[in-house]
Amino acid sequence: MMGQGRLVAWGLGLTALVALPFVYRDPYHLHILVLILIWSFAYTSWSMMGRFGLVSLGHGGFMGIGAYVTALLWNHLGLSPWIGIPVGMVAAGALALIVGYPCFRFRITGHYFVLVTLALSGIVLQIITATRDYTGGSLGYTPNRASGNKLLALQFDDKTTWYLIALAVWLGGIVAWHLIDRSMSRYALEAISEDEDAAAAAGVDVTAEKLKITLISAVMTALAGAIYCQYQMFITPDTVSGIAVSLQMVFAAIVGGLFVSLGPTVGAVITILLAETLRIGFGTRAVGWDNLVYGVLLVLFIIFLPKGILGSLLDRLKSQRKVPRAHEQKAVQIARPGT
Amino acid sequence: MQAFLDIFDIYLLEAVINGILLGGVLALLALGLNLIFGVIDVTWICYAELVMIGMYAMYFLVQYYGISYFIAAPLTILLVAILGALLHYLVIAPLLTAPPINQLLATGGVLFVLQSFATVAFGIDFRNLGIRLPVLAFGDMNFSYARLLSFLAALVGMVAVYLFMTRTFTGTAIRAISQDRQIMALMGVDTKRIYLITSAIGGGLAGLAACLLVLQYDVHPFVGLSFGPITFLICVLGGLGNFIGGFIAAFVFAEIISLGGLFSDLEWGYVLAFAFFIVMMFIRPAGLLARRR
Repeated sequence: MMGQGRLVAWGLGLTALVALPFVYRDPYHLHILVLILIWSFAYTSWSMMGRFGLVSLGHGGFMGIGAYVTALLWNHLGLSPWIGIPVGMVAAGALALIVGYPCFRFRITGHYFVLVTLALSGIVLQIITATRDYTGGSLGYTPNRASGNKLLALQFDDKTTWYLIALAVWLGGIVAWHLIDRSMSRYALEAISEDEDAAAAAGVDVTAEKLKITLISAVMTALAGAIYCQYQMFITPDTVSGIAVSLQMVFAAIVGGLFVSLGPTVGAVITILLAETLRIGFGTRAVGWDNLVYGVLLVLFIIFLPKGILGSLLDRLKSQRKVPRAHEQKAVQIARPGT
Repeated sequence: MQAFLDIFDIYLLEAVINGILLGGVLALLALGLNLIFGVIDVTWICYAELVMIGMYAMYFLVQYYGISYFIAAPLTILLVAILGALLHYLVIAPLLTAPPINQLLATGGVLFVLQSFATVAFGIDFRNLGIRLPVLAFGDMNFSYARLLSFLAALVGMVAVYLFMTRTFTGTAIRAISQDRQIMALMGVDTKRIYLITSAIGGGLAGLAACLLVLQYDVHPFVGLSFGPITFLICVLGGLGNFIGGFIAAFVFAEIISLGGLFSDLEWGYVLAFAFFIVMMFIRPAGLLARRR
């Protein structure tokens, strides 16, 4: 599928991204870029499920588990994040399986699935708040500063290092997206999202396929939470877990376009730049304004542009390119009556 | 339950009764959500935020303008009912033909809007009504009048909705639509009007819940998050759109939260409720009173 030109474009873009921190060293702008990359990874993880109609509002829960497990193991047991992050990812994966299995086995879809996952993120938030003796409750939590080896503690003061780590993780997310995009699971999941019964009749193991994608998505989200925690060195239940974070993921993915690999990234760029601009422009008076704009935009996007900015843009480009071959376009339309 | 009652002490009984009183308000919230789901096939993720707006309305009417509680309450119910109708008209109606998930996510956007609107307009301070109702002592047990009043008002509200649904023409039309959405339009029922009325009733129930909750809890922009998720759990456990199931599930959950809170923190009551919920999902995935479709 990937043409020669696109491969070259990706190569050039990546080289530019890797070279950037060595040429341009403004710490604030690098900080924003790191945040964009980390959140892009989280949003991409969400879209892995979201694009197949598995809309989860529980990803705030997975992210919170990744962040808090890593930080708690480091502070209380002295376990390096190199061990803590995998443990957090496994924990999130286990939770995803526990909640996912009955959902998928008993055909809990649509509204039911959204509400169950919504409750999940709410409950993770409650647990973090309830165990305030260990997690600091809603006041937040700070991993201890490393006294010895910085690499072992995964704590770096240097923004360039963090930029490269975040870039690698983000790239991993994009690669995972493309791998799934080219796998048989993608076709199975697309069939499931169209009609579960028909897919099952055609020999697709509905429960297993859904569990697989949910597991991948949850584990990746936990990694995003852990990386965020290591980078910011301060987490609160509200910034890494709960319904607000889950909705934020949905919002960014939809604004960017959740059916294309770079859509969630575009969503992250737009939402974080919007929040930062509002914060700088209005200072403390901006508290709440960014979410107000988010909310209004989310409603407008769902009503008028459900494919997102990048998705709609690519569609338009594609249809323009195809204009001379009218018969082909017609065939595409017949094949996909929804578009 | 009977085996439980043999070993109770006075605190357990108090917790059980408090659980029933809490269940009344939760049942009211679940009824509103179920009504909207059953008729329009939409889930309002922002339902608890409508309640939050209602609580602010009560606060300002009573504290700021000095209106008596019993005059402010109908005004608030009316306001939230109008909000509910507006929500349907502006957000849901354009999306009626879109995939159901889109409607749900759009109300998620409204959740953001309402929460941040409250943050921007009212600040993040905790506010309360300043009405302190006396405590009823019965034997060695203490019950707050606020809870008792909420429970009774919630019951009255639910009975009123029941009567409306069974005794009036519009109510019959609403119930008919929830059974078959396509046919009713052919039977000469104006579905658009029915949807608006249903949304207004759903909003009104949220307004009533707001009037009752404001007696017990402080208002702040994120208050919706503290009982929103539990309302959704109740609706799913009872079976979305199933009124009786929602009613029973509300009391089951309220008891778990209340009894869990007796032994530990209130948050652990919620955690326990969630664990119970997951177990029930394995046993009865389609809700307590599974309705075959």
